[in-house]
Amino acid sequence: MSVDKTPSAAANEATNPAVDGSELIRFDNVTKRYGSNVVLDNLCFDVASGKHVTLIGPSGSGKTTILRLLMTLVKPEEGTIKVAGEYLSHEERNGKLVPAGEKHSREVRKKIGMVFQQFNLFPNMKVLRNITEAPVHVLGMGKDEAEQRARELLEMVGLTEHLDKYPTQLSGGQQQRVAIARALAMRPQVLLLDEVTSALDPELVAGVLDVLRDIAHSTDITMLCVTHEMNFARDISDDVLMFDAGRVIESGSPEKIFSDPEHERTREFLSAVL
Amino acid sequence: MQWDWSAVGDFMPRFWDGVLVTLEALVLGSLIAFALGLVWAMAQRSPLKAVRWPVTAITEFIRNTPLLVQLFFLFYVLPEWSVTLSALTTGIIGLGLHYSTYTAEVYRAGIEGVPEGQWEACTALSMPRGRTWSAVILPQAIRRVVPALGNYVIAMLKDSPQIAAIGALEMLGQARQFTATSFQPTEPITVIGIAFIVIAYPASLLTRALERRLVR
Repeated sequence: MSVDKTPSAAANEATNPAVDGSELIRFDNVTKRYGSNVVLDNLCFDVASGKHVTLIGPSGSGKTTILRLLMTLVKPEEGTIKVAGEYLSHEERNGKLVPAGEKHSREVRKKIGMVFQQFNLFPNMKVLRNITEAPVHVLGMGKDEAEQRARELLEMVGLTEHLDKYPTQLSGGQQQRVAIARALAMRPQVLLLDEVTSALDPELVAGVLDVLRDIAHSTDITMLCVTHEMNFARDISDDVLMFDAGRVIESGSPEKIFSDPEHERTREFLSAVL
Repeated sequence: MQWDWSAVGDFMPRFWDGVLVTLEALVLGSLIAFALGLVWAMAQRSPLKAVRWPVTAITEFIRNTPLLVQLFFLFYVLPEWSVTLSALTTGIIGLGLHYSTYTAEVYRAGIEGVPEGQWEACTALSMPRGRTWSAVILPQAIRRVVPALGNYVIAMLKDSPQIAAIGALEMLGQARQFTATSFQPTEPITVIGIAFIVIAYPASLLTRALERRLVR
């Protein structure tokens, strides 16, 4: 499997116009509970525009919940989330902060793309239409323009020859690369990656990670990544956040977290997964 | 018992009238059941309780009362509110409405069979609700349930003689009218029995063929 290492035109287009290091995502005292189970406990953190941040930690520590909150698939019990300066789960009405309506959430969410563990491609659509569906029907892009862009993205993920197939005719790794292209087609400022290689056969993991490395190095899209691939995390991350029991217990550069962790829990976790 | 071929010949004009009514009721009733059932099923996934509750109440009520009672209600009670429909139209609406509560359950199962990840992918792509339904959820859900819908068409065919009770003379109604004057029940009843098989069997073959093609 070959992946074009040179920054392609398609990748450059997916960039975010203003990378000034300003804060793009902000969690303020966010608490998320399922029944009496506290998944996120008064969480505060922010991600600067253009940064690649990896969330690590034992399962059940709340990493995936952060991505699901950003995608408004779940709502926080307490606290607020801002994306590019706008409230996500809330909206301001008459100077008061109220829970966001569907329309408001959808507008803010357009800045965010997500790639899922289980790919979640649309099995009733061919590869090309999987990618053009949302640009045409959500962004109002012309069909020709959307297809042109889809072809560029497919070239970037090395799947040009498969555009006329159905997802079920592709391998898991190929499906996940289509899913990455589909997310990028919406020109998001933030890309959420939810354990994107966990459902793949081991020999297919490298191809998907190569594509993501390419995107990380050749664009300035902001990435928020939950992964168990520690080498990948070390490669692409500007920052690593270590989660435990719904809190960030340690954060820092990958060099620091992986070679000189301060916290006992981090050391235990890393020795278990590395 | 004696078989009289001349009685068969005498029954034929009435028989063809009956076949026409049966097929009309079946085709139009099915279309109503397919369309209305989909409306019920989608309404039951509505985020609004004010939509979900009444729809659940209505469909449970219709599904759990006899078709015959519904037919009489539509035929004799609606005119009290100055809605007067012909016997056949009433029969078609009655069959369609009754069976829509069954097809709604079929669609519901199909919709629930679409993985949650499909809804999540639509959310992640900011797709509006209408587009999520029409482009992603329904194409996947309906494909799975076409065979089950076909079974209800056959069930509806077998329930269609009930519309004779309000005077829409389908095959059985015609056979009984014929018998009332000729006193020869054997021939017309046998003929319509065969006619039911001739209509139902190809329909079930078609259902099975669709099942092989669509359900993977």
